Amino acid sequence: MKKRITADKAMEFIHDGSVLMIGGFLSNGTPERLMDAIVKKGYKNLTVISNDSGLNEKTGIGKLISAGLVKKIITSHIGTNPETGRQMSEGTLEVTLVPQGTLAERIRAGGSGLGGVLTPTGVGTEVAEGKETVNIHGEEYLLELPLKADVALIRGSVVDEDGNIYYDGTTKNFNPLMAQAAEVVIAGAEKIVSAGEINPNHVMTPKILVDYIVQEPQKCGGVE
Amino acid sequence: MNPKEIIARRAAQELNYGDVVNLGIGLPTMISDYITDDLEVTLQSENGILGMGGAAPKGRKDKDVINAGGQNVSVKSGASFFDSSTSFGIIRGGHVDITILGALQVDKEGTLASHIVPGKMVSGMGGAMDLVVGAKKVIIAMTHTAKGTPKLLDKVTLPPTAVKKVRRIITELAVIDVEEDGFKLVEISPETTIEEVKKLTGAYLKIDSHLKIMKVL
Repeated sequence: MKKRITADKAMEFIHDGSVLMIGGFLSNGTPERLMDAIVKKGYKNLTVISNDSGLNEKTGIGKLISAGLVKKIITSHIGTNPETGRQMSEGTLEVTLVPQGTLAERIRAGGSGLGGVLTPTGVGTEVAEGKETVNIHGEEYLLELPLKADVALIRGSVVDEDGNIYYDGTTKNFNPLMAQAAEVVIAGAEKIVSAGEINPNHVMTPKILVDYIVQEPQKCGGVE
Repeated sequence: MNPKEIIARRAAQELNYGDVVNLGIGLPTMISDYITDDLEVTLQSENGILGMGGAAPKGRKDKDVINAGGQNVSVKSGASFFDSSTSFGIIRGGHVDITILGALQVDKEGTLASHIVPGKMVSGMGGAMDLVVGAKKVIIAMTHTAKGTPKLLDKVTLPPTAVKKVRRIITELAVIDVEEDGFKLVEISPETTIEEVKKLTGAYLKIDSHLKIMKVL
């Protein structure tokens, strides 16, 4: 099956109300061309699961927030994008804050067939409200439930035509975790190479997890 | 020397040879400027680096390498990159020796508040909640007051970020330890007095019988 498609074609898998996981950390490792394509389509009521809401209002997930497409965001940090805070105060955007390590493990659980994870993070804080606690060897842990999405939008530095992915530097972050936790996985690729061209030792996300590949600009998502 | 520089220079003295260290965003990031090479500390960055170096030199920026504050950084020889699950496994798993973070409030039990001011500032906890739970030692580096309003309190009034985790607080005026029975002044800046520090602290302050003068190198 040919996995390489255009950004416009990739939009056929997203609908109003879709739940999206979007990779990246302060837009580093976020597929910008796919973000632009979502803004162009102007979807409504999206739910976004991501580390943050973009480095600012103009990059990565910040583009979706600024365009008013997001109804709910499940994230660890919104401080770098004031527009997110503004929409939250106005009541047009629902923000659920999750500690970063807990967010990573909830996504990993969602993609790994686990019923949840037990973590000491958040005990005694508002994060613990309404959650089951479990005592193990005298320590208290919170039961955190798995997260899944309709579509994961991730970015690889080098992607082969079969979907094997290599990530450069700090762009790995949430990308490999999200590749396991969504019904449809679309990988933006800075560089696309022939199948098998990536040394198997360097493959960080195996091809079976990736459904579609979209060419990203060569210089995307970075912070200059 | 401005208060932040004093705090950063004093906080750098907390690091020991070979430590794995995570520095929070903002003031704590400044501490890395005062770490001497002979200490051989390894800086962890929660977005997926062990062996982080300083700011990337102009013209040699790698767009794919940032720190947790979004700035392009360099990495040292022997560095590694990993995903967010591994990064927080390292943090929660007790593989970070010391974390130095900022805070809005700390109380006498070592509970800190740093991620939200209801109705005003909502930034989110990012990695802070995991760091304070997982690091072997938690130190807070912050200004002593917020424009005169005490930040060291009997009990935090803002939503807690973690409960009973802080061991030491470093401000521009003093070094204060959190003990079973509350705050203890262990070092004091030569620029202030015990009376002034007491006045600017919102909880009872025990004075260490071996009170030292805070040295800022």
